[in-house]
Amino acid sequence: MKLDLLTSLYVFMLAAFIGFEVIRRVSPLLHTPLMSLTNALDAIAVVGAIIMAGEYHAHRATLAKILGTIAIVAATSNIVGGFLITDRMLKMFKASGPKKP
Amino acid sequence: MSDVLGSDYLIEITYLIATALFILSLKWLSSPRTARRGVFAGELGMLLAIAGTLLHHGIVEYKWIVIGLVLGTIMGVPLGEVAMTAVPQRTALSHAFGALCVTLVGTTEFYLRMPDVPRFMMGVLSLEVILGSLTFTGSLMAAGKLQEILPQRPITYKGQNIVNLGLLGVAIVVAGMLVAHPEKTQLFPLIVGIPLLFGVMMIIPIGGADMPTVISLLNSYAGLSAAAMGFVLDSKLLIIAGALDGASGLILSVNMSKAMNRSFSNVLFGAFGQEQTAVAGQQEARPVRSATPEEAAAILAAANKVVIVPGYGMAVAQAQHKVRELYDALTKRGVDVKFGIHPVAGRMPGHMNVLLAEADIPYDKLLDMDEINGDFPQTDVALVIGANDVTNPAARTDAASPIYGMPILDVDKARTVMVIKRSMAAGFAGIDNPLYYLDKTLMLFGDAKSFVGAIVRELGGGHE
Repeated sequence: MKLDLLTSLYVFMLAAFIGFEVIRRVSPLLHTPLMSLTNALDAIAVVGAIIMAGEYHAHRATLAKILGTIAIVAATSNIVGGFLITDRMLKMFKASGPKKP
Repeated sequence: MSDVLGSDYLIEITYLIATALFILSLKWLSSPRTARRGVFAGELGMLLAIAGTLLHHGIVEYKWIVIGLVLGTIMGVPLGEVAMTAVPQRTALSHAFGALCVTLVGTTEFYLRMPDVPRFMMGVLSLEVILGSLTFTGSLMAAGKLQEILPQRPITYKGQNIVNLGLLGVAIVVAGMLVAHPEKTQLFPLIVGIPLLFGVMMIIPIGGADMPTVISLLNSYAGLSAAAMGFVLDSKLLIIAGALDGASGLILSVNMSKAMNRSFSNVLFGAFGQEQTAVAGQQEARPVRSATPEEAAAILAAANKVVIVPGYGMAVAQAQHKVRELYDALTKRGVDVKFGIHPVAGRMPGHMNVLLAEADIPYDKLLDMDEINGDFPQTDVALVIGANDVTNPAARTDAASPIYGMPILDVDKARTVMVIKRSMAAGFAGIDNPLYYLDKTLMLFGDAKSFVGAIVRELGGGHE
């Protein structure tokens, strides 16, 4: 358990550094799509909700099912909506230059 | 639950690949050329991770999972198809949904494990639900203000910061008590309830112009709460995704607070929207020069180099498509037209870029404040549309001004400045703008959309 925790802290720290380095390079031009994309990725929390709603629980099974299902709905709407709108926004960004017929 | 997520190699491998794809997704977002590939990588990673999770042997019942996934998809599609002008409130709403998911899972996790929750886990769990629930109500409030369901103007009262920080302090103390005595389960509702209230109180004093900072900060909180959830569930994938999101929100918050000349600690403690009523004086009417659309069109047509500076007023007037017509008409005459965009123009980071890109303005004409500021001395006309404080030269020259030190677009260095504005009313900070009284400044009074439309007609462009 203690080692697991330490590993998790290492993972968190490294991911935070990678995040800073990668995201620093995102042009301010794309800051709105950046926010909607990270929002969609963040909704990976759905995996926790899926297991919570689907697993066997000896006690408080109803609570886990109800709250787990609501959590799945919330996260899935972020995944679907987030990717859709990010792609819609990015499609609009066009470079200037000779217009194609 | 802690070893359940890691019990199957196949599942872990899908998570590993998903993690790599998430990082690539953000990396590809750095340039508009590769950005759409980034979305694809993110989608693929997400699909893999969800598919892997569904294979999990601990899952005994799929009914509710399927119902949740289907309902979420049905809700998500309209949220992905909102108008570009509604993107700030949609973003705030999605922060609320993300935080809701994390809070619900955290709460359930507590009640499934109680009464013997290990100390460390109780600490992380507290962090998860405190951040999650304050982000949930805070984001709902922000979305309500942006959608104009709630009053947009900041509501402040004496001792507001003390009340707010006090609330947060109580929640943290209760969390501390739970960590020390996890068996006192009756305390748990407090670390959900108090932050829910705090989230509401935190946004009450926020005005529209603070929204870019607030949305970024809520983004960061949502990410950190998801990372905390990753610690609780021992899911590396979630820790990494949360850390990436948290880092992204943090970078944007720092950018926004710099662009508004506020210290980062000021932002961290949520002390936004302080009333800046001090500078109301100097109301005597100073002379300004105004011009008609015909005169403005003649000056623009004679220019070689024009920089357009859009602000939230352009978005409110829905003038971006007229601005594109102006861009087309001027470009056709051989005028070099660029756009200068301040980081906090609009209601969220990058807001102006999205609106102008939607109006089909090529992105290489949209320049960041630092890129464009060197160009103003060689610019014939700077045309300000619906922006005010971000062009106020007092920020550079007047140490007594409340916005002194805030980085601005140096439009006053252009040969001629034209400002489209409804009236001489002051901007959000309530500060007079000396730019308007310069000899080289022409005020174009009117609605941004109709005024730009009138200029376009004079130039013989337009599509109607």
